[in-house]
Amino acid sequence: MKIVVAIKQVPSLADEVELNAEGTNLDFDAVDFVLNEWDEQAIEQAVLVKEAGSGAVTVIGVDATGELDGVLHTALAKGADAVAKVAGEFEPGLTSHAQARLLSSAIIDMAPDLVLTGVQAPDDLDGQLGPMLAALMDLPYVGVVNSVQVSGRTATVHKEYAGGLMAEFSVQLPAVIGIQAASQPPRYAPVSKVRQLAKTATIEEIETAEDELESGLSVRSMTRPVSVGHADMIAGDAKAVAGRIIAILNERGLI
Amino acid sequence: MPQPIEQQKVIQDKVKEHEHLVVEGMDISGHWNRMFGQRAIFDYDPDNLAKVATLQGGESLEWCYGCAKCTAVCPVDIVGDYSPRKIHRKTQLGIDLFTSEDLWLCTTCRNCLRVCPKEVDMIQIMPAVREQAVLAGNVPAELQKAFEDTAKFGNPLGQAQRKRDAWTKDAGTPVPIMSTIKRPVDVLWYVGSYTSYHPRGIDAARAAARIFAALGVDYGILGKEEKDDGDSQRLAGEKGLFEMLAESNIAAFNNYEWQTMVVTGPHEYNAFKNEYPKLGFDRPVQHYTQFLAEHLDQLRPLLKHEVKARVTFHDPCYLGRHNGEYDAPRALLQAIPGVELVEMGRCRENGYCCGGGGGGMWLDSFTAKHTSMRLSERRVREAAEYEAEILAVSCPFEVSRFEDAAKSTGNDTLKVRDILELLDLSLRG
Ligand code: SF4
Ligand code: SF4
Repeated sequence: MKIVVAIKQVPSLADEVELNAEGTNLDFDAVDFVLNEWDEQAIEQAVLVKEAGSGAVTVIGVDATGELDGVLHTALAKGADAVAKVAGEFEPGLTSHAQARLLSSAIIDMAPDLVLTGVQAPDDLDGQLGPMLAALMDLPYVGVVNSVQVSGRTATVHKEYAGGLMAEFSVQLPAVIGIQAASQPPRYAPVSKVRQLAKTATIEEIETAEDELESGLSVRSMTRPVSVGHADMIAGDAKAVAGRIIAILNERGLI
Repeated sequence: MPQPIEQQKVIQDKVKEHEHLVVEGMDISGHWNRMFGQRAIFDYDPDNLAKVATLQGGESLEWCYGCAKCTAVCPVDIVGDYSPRKIHRKTQLGIDLFTSEDLWLCTTCRNCLRVCPKEVDMIQIMPAVREQAVLAGNVPAELQKAFEDTAKFGNPLGQAQRKRDAWTKDAGTPVPIMSTIKRPVDVLWYVGSYTSYHPRGIDAARAAARIFAALGVDYGILGKEEKDDGDSQRLAGEKGLFEMLAESNIAAFNNYEWQTMVVTGPHEYNAFKNEYPKLGFDRPVQHYTQFLAEHLDQLRPLLKHEVKARVTFHDPCYLGRHNGEYDAPRALLQAIPGVELVEMGRCRENGYCCGGGGGGMWLDSFTAKHTSMRLSERRVREAAEYEAEILAVSCPFEVSRFEDAAKSTGNDTLKVRDILELLDLSLRG
């Protein structure tokens, strides 16, 4: 059972995000990158599938930040068996199209039984990486999945719909699955372990022949939302607050 | 009722009882006229003790000769059943410290080491064994959450890094941030996580800013460039996390020109004074009580308003026992007009522990299962026994711990205040 998890890094929202001078994207020099949280769920689900049966997990990403190694070491600390990166002259902010082309050509060569990836990422919110990977590799796809069980050549996956409805799918393997949440919260990788692995682990570097990285879409402008209206906080003791509320209601002719 | 962790029972296959024993050719069996019965000779399986003692830092557990001096002073034993002697004995009897819940109860308060004739050093033993437990994934959930938050956000409270200097807005005085002022300063003030984010910690931060302003101190803070010091995470077994934070902080410290570092918390003080030097950062650092006590001549005339109260002071383990500072906080309290300082029985070198050190800050529910009351509750009861109206503290972990404890023990009238808050009160009235 060969499980591959496709991951990517996204700008951290723990820090202030800055726009670039042209106002067309984030200023990637001024942000920190973290692993996409849905990909974190996908890694956990892959390790759970492995632990429930047998197999090996390979985690792969495109190194668009020059900082992917740390994420891959963390994946190893969480139980991945091997890690790989598509290396090249990439810039942060690669589109899903580019990611899918680069990753699919590397993943096809690994002949996986199961490919997991986060169902979406906060940087583009297009949720297309999974479907595009599946299309490029000619495999079935199920997305927004929150549990995966494998038996023989079939995966049973659960998908939650609105209103508390749950659907169960049987998917013929190999397949690509977009993970919304793992069946357990992602485990903690002790930094001590990650740092040990950083000294000893090897990351396979995959060269790519892909040069068609345009998505056909370009961002014309990116701006901060303009806030319209705001809340007035009424200060003071209960009496003063009540008085002020009555005055406002009166002003607006509501009482 | 507290649940004892493991009884001190002999684990059968680990300990053998012999009537006669010959060791290296020598008959060491007891003689009938020394003992009125045949003396039993215990042959312990040395494996579990050896597992600890072969770790770097774990060596000294083996040195224990059972005198029990530590048991008399261990703050956890006072509310439970715990001490280095007991850990040593249980390990001898076959209990595996690496998976035992005992592993997480020590607050690294250092009181046992102070009295131990054999220098059995829990401050080394605990992090060494805990590190192995962390690597194996055996970590209490609460503690793991704090590790995760620290790794992700740079602080154990799980707050956004970009909000680290949000407290400065309502400080009532401008707080200079190094990246904005872009000039050398005399004092780099390391604010700390709880002081930056915890609502009650923020009160102390704002008080400190006003005191520095009143004294005309030329200082700056790192703001968003500051991360948690990581020392308590190290003592709780996450050494890698500590190193990661230390590297980031040291880079930020070295980014700017300054003369002295002043820190709000004793844990941070301990980190920068004793641990960061091992990673290449070795610069002068003072706890705020030391810095202000040095400036008492300038400060005293500014303390115009009376704070009329019977005040007792809780020595933080990491300022007192770990770093030998007992006088500076007392000098500050005595300089406040109106303050009547009373000492509790457990003070200075024998000060009680609030329970927050060594990861205890993030193990409250876990520890509560094994103790008759929280350490912080034991402490506020002691403060109340001495009829104190204010329990003064000088560690950002303590304000919230003791305030909660005062409420839960029905001592609501006991106020808990950082010394910074009391100085600020006297300054401003
Ligand atoms: S004080 Fe030291 S030697 Fe004595 S029982 Fe405690 S740990 Fe052992
Ligand atoms: S360091 Fe403190 S809490 Fe830990 S065993 Fe020693 S006395 Fe007890």
